[in-house]
Amino acid sequence: MAGIGGGVAQAAPATAEVNTTGLAVTDTEVTVGILHSVTGTMAISETGSVQAEKLAIEQINASGGILGRQIKIIQEDGASDWPTFAEKARKLLVNDKTAAVFGCWTSASRKAVLPVFEKENGLLYYPTFYEGLEQSPNVFYTGQEATQQILAGIDWVMKDKGAKSFYLLGSDYIWPRTSNKIARKHIEMNGAQVLGEEYFPLGHTQFNSVINKIKLRKPDVIYAIIVGGSNVAFYKQLKAAGIDLSKQTLLTISVTEDEVRGIGGENIAGAYAAMKYFQSLDNENNKAFVKAFKDMWGQDMVIGDVTQAAYLGPWLWKAAVEKAGSFDVDKVREASAGIELTTAPEGYVKIHPNHHLWSKTRIGLAKADGQFEVLYETAELMEPDPFPKGYQ
Amino acid sequence: MFDGYTASELVSILAMQGFAGLILFSVFLLMALGLAIIFGQMGVINMAHGEFMILGAYMTYLTSHLVQDYAPGLFGGYFFLAMIVAFIAAGALGLLLEWALIRHLYRRPLDTLLATWGVSLILQQIYRSVFGAREVGVTLPDWMMGALSLSDTIEVPINGLFVMALTLVISGIVFLLMFRSSWGLQVRAVTQNRVMAGAAGINGRRVDAMTFALGCGIAGVAGSAFTMIGSTGPTSGQLYIVDTFLVVVFGGAQSLLGTIASALTISQSQSTLEFFLSGSMAKVFTLLVVVLILLVRPQGLFVLKVRKA
Repeated sequence: MAGIGGGVAQAAPATAEVNTTGLAVTDTEVTVGILHSVTGTMAISETGSVQAEKLAIEQINASGGILGRQIKIIQEDGASDWPTFAEKARKLLVNDKTAAVFGCWTSASRKAVLPVFEKENGLLYYPTFYEGLEQSPNVFYTGQEATQQILAGIDWVMKDKGAKSFYLLGSDYIWPRTSNKIARKHIEMNGAQVLGEEYFPLGHTQFNSVINKIKLRKPDVIYAIIVGGSNVAFYKQLKAAGIDLSKQTLLTISVTEDEVRGIGGENIAGAYAAMKYFQSLDNENNKAFVKAFKDMWGQDMVIGDVTQAAYLGPWLWKAAVEKAGSFDVDKVREASAGIELTTAPEGYVKIHPNHHLWSKTRIGLAKADGQFEVLYETAELMEPDPFPKGYQ
Repeated sequence: MFDGYTASELVSILAMQGFAGLILFSVFLLMALGLAIIFGQMGVINMAHGEFMILGAYMTYLTSHLVQDYAPGLFGGYFFLAMIVAFIAAGALGLLLEWALIRHLYRRPLDTLLATWGVSLILQQIYRSVFGAREVGVTLPDWMMGALSLSDTIEVPINGLFVMALTLVISGIVFLLMFRSSWGLQVRAVTQNRVMAGAAGINGRRVDAMTFALGCGIAGVAGSAFTMIGSTGPTSGQLYIVDTFLVVVFGGAQSLLGTIASALTISQSQSTLEFFLSGSMAKVFTLLVVVLILLVRPQGLFVLKVRKA
């Protein structure tokens, strides 16, 4: 496959023209960095991002590279440790002079590398959906910020399910807390009610107590944004406690196909997820993407929301570099606003001047086979709004 | 604190929280029992305890797949087979580890801490290479899912009851082994006075090896039980190790009775607090209680009187 960027390989312009700032660009090669955790607790989540970025880069190379140059990858391991992320980011920018870096997953790792990227004027493509309240000239956010995920999801469940009351659950750190703050505000502004809000330490495995409370309070919607392995315990215990997700509405923004694999489809079937991407999306771009991904990494792989967003990074960078006619970070940044990908697996995306993507929000219904059935998508692309008024 | 609940709801709360606490108690005890045997009886701080649990979990995962592929008719009962496999695998690895490493480090508790920490890192990497970095989950037979209704508002999860029963059985076996068998007598003799025990004809080396293997085997069964509530990844073991040490240290390292009492105290306070506070705050208060009690009783809740000379 020629890759989603399309176009004909251009004749390679001289290195002195496309690189005036001393990046690692030669006549035939351009070096980029991949910076994710392949060890430690986050390896489970970040593996998919690494795979997607490598796939995109391989496809770009196969279609002739960028400005006639093949992409070379230097991969570093953030090891689920935020200071390590900062150190490796510095290495990739200062020692390796990488033209762009694709990486990070947790907000904590992004916050750790942010000063490094700003000081060294590097370029980071960050794939995870996140809490927003951030905008850096050195970062492009290819996942959705909070309003693109939360507001559309809550609107849908209120309209389609007539939901009037919610119970908010989450893991205890910045992303779930900020997201729930936005969710609560939106719920209350729309005349519905929050019956309870609770947080659990990462890795928590005992949810019996909160499940008992939910049974007594009987909310219309359980709004669960528990992160990582805790989800397995949560959904298994929910089912064991006799809460039937075909009768009790549950909406999550933290469970993708990746987590479902650990949870077991039969334990979460009937839950709704608000994401911008599902592996089951029915369009030509996505079919080609899923096939290429499985061909490269194995037929039993599943692809979640963040994995797709990671795949967009190299393609968006390629488009911006070609528009700028240069690898220089300042020129790439300037060329980026308005860049669109008509061939993204999620359908279509466009870079907003605030460095986030215009994208659609979709609601998926979890099925027993571990995939989601897409029930709804926003009619229009949602404008990214990392600093929503009244929600801070 | 009790706003918004009617009297009958409060009764349900108390009943269901009581059960939730009992289930948590079983989980804690299952985690801590193996560690307490090794730590209490042998003075070895086994930092790889969590990884032995995870070995049990991976064995359960493998067994579930093998049974599903080759004998789907037996799927309803695979869990019992899986627990035996988990016990044997973890116990055998424990035996190997004791022979290769631990026996050279007896009487040097801090060195065992470092050495077993290294072992835990090595095991994590092995799991990552063999099973991949992503978490895996096992499918449970239908009869293990669902809840038992005791009344309209009181329901008890079946897999919770299963863990409780399992804990009872294992604690019973350990009790019989320790206090009603000649092997248990030997273990206790070696613990109290190694030299005298040797003089009385007890093979201390063999007792050590078997004790360590037993502790690891129990960890394996615990891991097997955890697949019912959690998923299994290379580093999942680390999530449990802190709670496990908390239970053992709080109970008084050398007393199995202390381990039980401590697991009960911690689980009940955690479960009760969790209902009226949020999950994170309940944990904070539980830790606070433990710290305060350890300030007053640094040896833990229960202490075995041992002659220290």
